[in-house]
Amino acid sequence: MKATVYVTIKQNVLDPQGSAVQGALHSMGFAEVGKVRIGKYLELELDTTDRSEAETRITAMCEKLLANTVIEDYRFELEG
Amino acid sequence: MKFAVLVFPGSNCDIDCYKAVEDTIGQPVDFVWHTATDLSAYDCILVPGGFSYGDYLRCGAIARFAPVMNEVRKAAEAGKYVLGICNGFQILTEAGLLPGALLRNNNMKFRCHSALLEVVNNKTAFTNQYSAGEVIDIPIAHGEGNYYCDDATLEQLKANNQIVFRYVAGNNPNGSVADIAGVSNERGNVVGMMPHPERAIDQILGSEDGKRMFTSILNAWREQHGAAVNG
Repeated sequence: MKATVYVTIKQNVLDPQGSAVQGALHSMGFAEVGKVRIGKYLELELDTTDRSEAETRITAMCEKLLANTVIEDYRFELEG
Repeated sequence: MKFAVLVFPGSNCDIDCYKAVEDTIGQPVDFVWHTATDLSAYDCILVPGGFSYGDYLRCGAIARFAPVMNEVRKAAEAGKYVLGICNGFQILTEAGLLPGALLRNNNMKFRCHSALLEVVNNKTAFTNQYSAGEVIDIPIAHGEGNYYCDDATLEQLKANNQIVFRYVAGNNPNGSVADIAGVSNERGNVVGMMPHPERAIDQILGSEDGKRMFTSILNAWREQHGAAVNG
């Protein structure tokens, strides 16, 4: 089974990287760009076929390590 | 009084911390590898700066799961002194031993220069040799020192006197909430700060304002243990 995990900075937390990229896009003429947020994309291969167990385990991984829930949100998808 | 300086793969201020203890207060100090499983011999744990585990994932995120961190938690619970500097601060927030988190500097730059700090709380074991409101000159060197906590946590920090250092108004180098440069836990025995006091222990390095953090710790330990203070 494969899990894809998305970790993003919470909406109420400033994302300096996103702001810098937004500024760069504007200066390149992409004036239509509003807010830019940068996050992380992780692919995990899981040695299991049990979907509900995988969900529990991935949630634990996100809470413990993959995201810092003080500043970040996470979501994930499972396939296979 | 015995000091431990933790060493993770990628720590790079460990030697500075070790030398600072030797040079300022002359107390016994050991390097302790991240795999250690017993810190019971130590009275103060220094978590040094650097780039533990290459800052992979997030600064401090992987180091906080090193075996030695269980022992740091025990030491903190036992009321021993724990000081995290720079990456050490990031590790302690990741470990949940200190509130908040450190974000990328709001200006996206790695800031490496001297910084003026206000000693907000001089009642801690780490700051008792400073006067309240005193302005001290301590260098910073970080790309992710932008202290963040939510409003409720900030109110708690203020109410409990947990803000130990602030950047002097108008000199916030990284966008930290409320100009915060260092905080303590509720009990006051764990402190984390982005500036490097261990790099400010001799005028030849530009400042010796960091010296008194080390003399403070020794002073607090002696008071706690009823030992005579000599010099």
